[in-house]
Amino acid sequence: MLTFIIRRLIGAVLTLLVVSMITFGIFYLIPRWAGGSAESLATRYVGRTANPEQVQAAVKALGLDQPIYLQYWNWVKSIFAGADFNTGTSIEHCPAPCLGYSFIGRNPVWPDLLDRLPVTTSLAFGAAIIWLISGVAIGVLSALRRGSFFDRAAMGVALGGVSLPIFWTGIICLVIFSYGLGWTAPGGAYTPIEQNPGLWAYDLILPWITLALLFSAAYARLTRAGMLETMGEDFIRTARAKGLEEHTVVTRHGLRAALTPIVTIFGLDVGLLLGGAILTESTFSLPGLGKYAIDGIVANDMPKVMGVTLLAAFFVVIANLIVDLLYAVIDPRVRLG
Amino acid sequence: MSEDHSFLDVRDLRIHFRTDDGLVRSVDGLSFRLERGRTLGIVGESGSGKSVTSLGILGLHNKRNAQVSGEIWLEGAELVNSPPEAVRKLRGRKMAMIFQDPLSAMHPYYTVGKQIIEAYRVHNNVSKAVARKHAIDMLGRVGIPQPARRVDDYPHQFSGGMRQRAMIAMALSCDPELLIADEPTTALDVTVQAQILDLMRTLQHEFNSALIIITHDLGVVAELSDEVLVMYGGRCVEFGPATTVFDRPEHPYTWGLLGSMPRLDRGVTDRLLPIAGTPPSMINLPSGCHFHPRCAYEPRTGGLGRTVPPELNRAGGGSHLVRCHLPSDERQRIWSQEVKPKLEAQ
Repeated sequence: MLTFIIRRLIGAVLTLLVVSMITFGIFYLIPRWAGGSAESLATRYVGRTANPEQVQAAVKALGLDQPIYLQYWNWVKSIFAGADFNTGTSIEHCPAPCLGYSFIGRNPVWPDLLDRLPVTTSLAFGAAIIWLISGVAIGVLSALRRGSFFDRAAMGVALGGVSLPIFWTGIICLVIFSYGLGWTAPGGAYTPIEQNPGLWAYDLILPWITLALLFSAAYARLTRAGMLETMGEDFIRTARAKGLEEHTVVTRHGLRAALTPIVTIFGLDVGLLLGGAILTESTFSLPGLGKYAIDGIVANDMPKVMGVTLLAAFFVVIANLIVDLLYAVIDPRVRLG
Repeated sequence: MSEDHSFLDVRDLRIHFRTDDGLVRSVDGLSFRLERGRTLGIVGESGSGKSVTSLGILGLHNKRNAQVSGEIWLEGAELVNSPPEAVRKLRGRKMAMIFQDPLSAMHPYYTVGKQIIEAYRVHNNVSKAVARKHAIDMLGRVGIPQPARRVDDYPHQFSGGMRQRAMIAMALSCDPELLIADEPTTALDVTVQAQILDLMRTLQHEFNSALIIITHDLGVVAELSDEVLVMYGGRCVEFGPATTVFDRPEHPYTWGLLGSMPRLDRGVTDRLLPIAGTPPSMINLPSGCHFHPRCAYEPRTGGLGRTVPPELNRAGGGSHLVRCHLPSDERQRIWSQEVKPKLEAQ
């Protein structure tokens, strides 16, 4: 068990290293290959009106004149050891973990990420609870009443839910409940939970439902398929032969066995969402990681984008590890080693 | 108890399934009786309705696609027309079942002990600790070494034979009066089979339960049964005391079963005598006698076999019943002069 965790942690670190190389490559190497010089890259951050001296200063400050491997090394080193940044007028220290310095805002990325993380976590976990409960419940009922009106209706809605993009359902929600009925803040808002938990939930309810609709549809179908399979297993017949009540047979024996793939997908979905729900956050103007990444992309602010990417990769890797550990808890036949 | 019922009394049991291709008459008018302490062996090919019968007695058929009619009396209580909740309370407590493949019949995610505890606690209002003690006790009684340690193992950590023992322990945990074993040894090694049969015989004596053994293995039936019921196409074609059915079988299908049974005392070069043809389609059962297309003696019935369904009639003597158009003395003659010598000459 312990060796398994250690091995997986080493694997996780290596994965993150590869992810960091790829993102670094995408943002720093490809512009070079496309013919951009260090000066032309630097120009983007000082503006077109800057004189050559200012551009040169920017090149120096950003380290764009160094060989690419050195740039990468400095970037990785700063994550663990911190770095000093020359803002032009003074030298500022960016403490570890330093994910770089925003080109535009001229402030370290990491505190920004920490600021925005609670928004994304609130969104992801709230929606996850809603979609897990509703998706699994609908899936179980559908499987038990296979072919019934409920089953057909639920699966029809689920197909719709899977097919409809977030920006569409999100905007429809906003049009109806926010602008039309005026039930929620126009265009969406966010209140930190520590400020006012009631308002926090109230503001997030539409994004939660929008996000949960998409996922619960997928989970309902997944649960239904899993339940149809397990309820036909021999051990279900045994459970009934023991004289267990039907609800015990369904939950303790049927659902328990159907849960494994659901837990797997759930872990990965939540891990992925923690890296930023770009569409939902954009639609409801939530200042989360996804919105931050989008802002970075639009402004060509590479450190922001790379920061979010690396953090998202970190969450996915950790989620993977947790799912693998849960596997052994759920299914005793799985031996970790 | 107004009527005179045996401990288990099955009367004209019919279990039909609606399918897209038509009505499947898996069990079509089956009747038998069984007393406590006695063993009934039900034999037949795959699809003859053996397992459907056993699940029917336990009331495990889904009411949505299965039509169950007839009567099943267990200790004077009728089950077919009882509310499902009443039958559920009898399951596990009064009647229990041992399944064919213990690996797939036990839940892979729960320890053997938990599964026995669960079975015990549904019907007995006891604490988990008491139930656990009982589970360990049961595991010991079915011959599992170190039961106090094994109780916390998962089914996949048991060997095939030990797993079937655990399954038996689970079935017996509530001291059921009727035990149905559906192919209890089919999934096991030959060496283990004998041990399990031995165990079942011992436990049956100990618990004084009525035992139904469902199998296609005549050896198992010969080993354990007091009475034998041979099923074909959802019906009983021959019934009688085990010794009678094995020594003086009167139905051509039973002859076929005996001929296709491998025996160790035969030479390796000898061939088995398989039953000609294939098991019938349960949707379009042959007219008349369901067995007639495969029966070598059908021409001797003068066309009756093809058109008229035979009744289950008294044969040779005692409780021996046979469903065949041929006269009883003719069947006895065919058996002793034509079939038996062929089987022995093998």
